[in-house]
Amino acid sequence: MELTYGEYGGRFVPETLIPALDELEAGWHEAWADEAFRAELDELGRSYAGRPTPLTLAERFAPGKRLYLKREDLLHTGAHKLNNALGQALLALRLGKRRIVAETGAGQHGVAAATVCARFGLDCVVYMGAEDMRRQRPNVERMGLLGAEVCAVEFGTRTLKEATSEAIRDWIGSVEKTHYLIGSCVGPQPYPEIVRELQAVIGREARGQILELEGRLPEVAIACVGGGSNAIGLFAGFLDDSEVRLVGVEAGGAASLGSGRTAVLHGSRSSVLADADGQVLDADSISAGLDYPGSGPEHAFLRDSGRAEYVTTSDEEAVEAFRRLARTEGIVPALEPAHAFARVAELDEQLVLLNLSGRGDKDLEEVLAR
Amino acid sequence: MRKTLVVYLMSGPETPALAEAAVDAGADLVELGFPFSDPLADGPVIRRAAERALAEGMRTGACLELLAETRARLPETPLVPMTYSSLLEAYGWERFAEEACAAGATSLIVADLPAGDRPELRRIQLVAPTSTDERIRLAAAGTDGWLYLVTVTGTTGARDDLSPALAGLVDRARRATELPLYAGFGISTPEQAHAAAQLADGIVVGTSALEAAEKGAEALAAYVESLRGALDGAAVPA
Ligand SMILES: Cc1ncc(COP(=O)(O)O)c(C=O)c1O
Repeated sequence: MELTYGEYGGRFVPETLIPALDELEAGWHEAWADEAFRAELDELGRSYAGRPTPLTLAERFAPGKRLYLKREDLLHTGAHKLNNALGQALLALRLGKRRIVAETGAGQHGVAAATVCARFGLDCVVYMGAEDMRRQRPNVERMGLLGAEVCAVEFGTRTLKEATSEAIRDWIGSVEKTHYLIGSCVGPQPYPEIVRELQAVIGREARGQILELEGRLPEVAIACVGGGSNAIGLFAGFLDDSEVRLVGVEAGGAASLGSGRTAVLHGSRSSVLADADGQVLDADSISAGLDYPGSGPEHAFLRDSGRAEYVTTSDEEAVEAFRRLARTEGIVPALEPAHAFARVAELDEQLVLLNLSGRGDKDLEEVLAR
Repeated sequence: MRKTLVVYLMSGPETPALAEAAVDAGADLVELGFPFSDPLADGPVIRRAAERALAEGMRTGACLELLAETRARLPETPLVPMTYSSLLEAYGWERFAEEACAAGATSLIVADLPAGDRPELRRIQLVAPTSTDERIRLAAAGTDGWLYLVTVTGTTGARDDLSPALAGLVDRARRATELPLYAGFGISTPEQAHAAAQLADGIVVGTSALEAAEKGAEALAAYVESLRGALDGAAVPA
């Protein structure tokens, strides 16, 4: 098997899906090399999604530092997930697939998928764990309004892990007419690559913006890591700049890179919270978007190579940072990027770029209840 | 020629006795499920059986012991562990294959390790209605003894009717290999078994076998007998 990222990646899926993954990989490479496809995506980014998103200096949150926020929270639908959903919807149209299946944890990817399906007239089915439907209720309502069918997953962890498994099982049964719109840089090849390239716009823009504002590169680029898509999108802009330190922040109870081991989950070999027998363990996080025992294979590779490092934030620290950002900057972040905010103060560096991956409307109930 | 009847059982304390009952009732080969926490190829019945097995402590080591116990009771019957890559990754791919063999495994099925990957791992390959002819040839060239035809585009689980895709898949597979072809996924009733056996050289039953096994060895034996009868054409399916 070709493992795309050092010893990580691959395609550990039932045979039924292999021809579809071959077709997707070929279609993706063709589309990505096609200037018309890229131009259409850029135009949608500008006129529909609100790109480029600005950089905001957060002086009151981080006194003594120059902390810049990449404002993906200002993107249409309120999170970076739309970058990926738009690109994959165009790809699905190119491949002639008119039905979309997706998984969601925080509901942000589900909302992004439902949004692009409404925009392009595609059928949309979103699998979501029953526990996540409870704690991210506003997003469940939004998906319904956008015309998507939300399927509750009532077994196992009732969170993102099981929702992803059910979305893949749906796809195994519907693969001829359906595109699986995965929400993070996980899954069988070519998905980690597709999602990374579609999210790389974050790092590309941010690099140009900070050079313009500060005349130099950031000393650190920091982002939260669930599956890892917003982080890899940010890191992509700086991977070749060895002087830029890259920091990923996982939830303490979902530290698949920090304390995982090599295992196979959802079609790829990566660093996973698993036991010595290869059985996948339950993650535990207040943040539905980080509550996932796996991680993208490229992150596992970056960790091993030492190019990026991964740290953790507890539920309490994330809630504290969530509240503090609201009070000091007038910005309510999603709980996911709140995990990255919690680690800023202890960074030695001064010039910091943080990916504010989404806004926190969906999390108000959860935070206010604590 | 006798059509082969393959019965899938999930590893558990009762498995050796259940396997013996199935073989006495006419099963020719037993697949032993080594449970995985996230079995993508499986529908709800086998997924739930895996969850229960894991809750009972059916980890790789325990499953290998059950395999050896089953082998002790059934010296002649082919026994094939069926599992997922994550278990082999954790145990060590070679070590898993060696210890399974030492415990009496005849071959191996890894549901999420498609043909072409890790060719050095001897195992039974699966092909599906979505497989291209090229992939069917690849799977046939690498498979260990027989080729597993997945009759449906979907996960394991009972279906109302035999998949209409099976006939075409059998045709394509026959052009690729002279090895026996056993059809599985979605076959549960004697009628379906009979119809599938008109096309293929054998059938695999999983979901319905597990449901029968949950009721005990007698229920499993009665179910297997009904399939045996249907395959032999001796019994008229009810
Ligand atoms: C706002 C936001 N940030 C981050 C994440 C985590 O995903 P990823 O690690 O793929 O960026 C999510 C997931 O739902 C999210 O909604």
